[in-house]
Amino acid sequence: MASLTTTGAPVARVRGHHRSFGETHVLRSIDLDIAPGEFVALLGRSGCGKSTLLRSLSGLDPTPTEEVEVAGRTSVAFQEPRLLPWRRVHENVELALLNSPERRQREELARRTLVEVGLEEKLDVWPLQLSGGQAQRVSLARALVSSPDLLLLDEPFSALDALTRIDMHQLVIELWRRHAMAVLIVTHDVDEAIALADRVLVMDSGRIAREWSIEPRRDDRDLSKPEIARIRAELLDALGVRPTPPNPNREPVRDQGAA
Amino acid sequence: MDDMSTTALAGTPAPPRQRPRSRSARSRFAFLRRWVSPIALILLWQLLCVAGVIGARTLAAPTEVVATGIDLVQDGTLGTETLISLQRVALGALIGGVVGLSFAIVAGLSQIGEDAIDPPMQMLRTLPHFGLISLFITWFGLGEMPKVTLIAMGVCFPLYLNTLGGIRGIDRKMLEAARSMHLTWRQQVRHVIFPGALPQTLVGLRQSLGIAWLSLIVAETIAADSGLGYMINDAREFFRTDVIVVGLAIYSLLGLGTDAIVRHLERKALAWRA
Repeated sequence: MASLTTTGAPVARVRGHHRSFGETHVLRSIDLDIAPGEFVALLGRSGCGKSTLLRSLSGLDPTPTEEVEVAGRTSVAFQEPRLLPWRRVHENVELALLNSPERRQREELARRTLVEVGLEEKLDVWPLQLSGGQAQRVSLARALVSSPDLLLLDEPFSALDALTRIDMHQLVIELWRRHAMAVLIVTHDVDEAIALADRVLVMDSGRIAREWSIEPRRDDRDLSKPEIARIRAELLDALGVRPTPPNPNREPVRDQGAA
Repeated sequence: MDDMSTTALAGTPAPPRQRPRSRSARSRFAFLRRWVSPIALILLWQLLCVAGVIGARTLAAPTEVVATGIDLVQDGTLGTETLISLQRVALGALIGGVVGLSFAIVAGLSQIGEDAIDPPMQMLRTLPHFGLISLFITWFGLGEMPKVTLIAMGVCFPLYLNTLGGIRGIDRKMLEAARSMHLTWRQQVRHVIFPGALPQTLVGLRQSLGIAWLSLIVAETIAADSGLGYMINDAREFFRTDVIVVGLAIYSLLGLGTDAIVRHLERKALAWRA
């Protein structure tokens, strides 16, 4: 990965990126810039190539540098926490610093990051003793501890229950404000994308089909706001979701008196 | 009417789930229930011997076995022979363990290693290894070599197969997470592959040690001039069934002991599975 040192240069630059597995073209000439500190959501139906693009950016799959260039450090949090069950929570987080310049302070940094995600009481616990939400927090801490310039989130909250998910959204926003890294979140949840991102991209069969900027402040993105409702409707439309038409043969249920 | 039935249903208090008093008294001695039949069997054995139904040449009475055991401990025979047997198992298990483990690691971590090692190992493991004792005796004579070799063979294969299975069974996603943290290959081996394979390796170790004791018994029964097997064979010549039973009891105690050691290791090393 060549480094882009000029200030204002994007933290990730993708140009004409193409990937195929055999005959299937998974990504077709993707162009994408992610600015430092920008929060981008990548939406799409299953199999549209969004996770493949994330893998290209993370360096997990080999990609030519002229197509994908990332400046600085990346880290990934996956859909499943993928913690090592045989390492205690703090050791799991410390592992992410094993080859970094901060490796000597890794114990302290891991502790600090775990406190940040609200797990100061779970430092010495085994991962199997955590709830799903707690494990995902550890996974976030592990991704954050190395102070990445680009944080890649691959559907990190889709396995969590709805209430835990809301907590996690708030946590991610807090952490993002504090650390000011760029974030790319891959999701299939329209409302998650609207709640979190500055910019939402919809992918369709290997291409970036459309993109939206979401201007209102994050605490002012209620669906009652016409602008947000419009974006939501457009996003759903771009994803091919059509609103259910009302059933003309059925009167809406009004009176639900108990029998 | 409707109203009444609902109140009746809702209003019926669930019967209080009081445990009968006798239940707790019974459960305090529940562990004793499992001892009743073994003790009864031993008593029966004793009775049949005293009554002369079982002759001393067929099977010595439990009291005699205990007395002989004490004698053998006091004159030092039992200690000496047990130590010799223990040494054979320890040496054989060590050699077989090192070979089995290192083969599994090489085969598990490299494709070339797997191609080279796995096919012959899979072929050899189908050999009934007790059958090899004749070959070992022709090769190595009657000394320690054939016994130790037989034990090593018995230990090697379960450890090899289980460890290799453990390494192959590592969740690829876990390795991918390690790569996303930029861990080097050696760090991945140390933090992901080895600890991930350990539970399966310990299963293999337990099987291996069980087979190690069996191999020892076979080897010592066929040809030995010392050790527990020798003591048993020697007693056979003189119809000393009491000595034979003592020898068998020591064999099973040793087997239990090694099993307990592995279980202890498992508890220590696999605490994370809580």
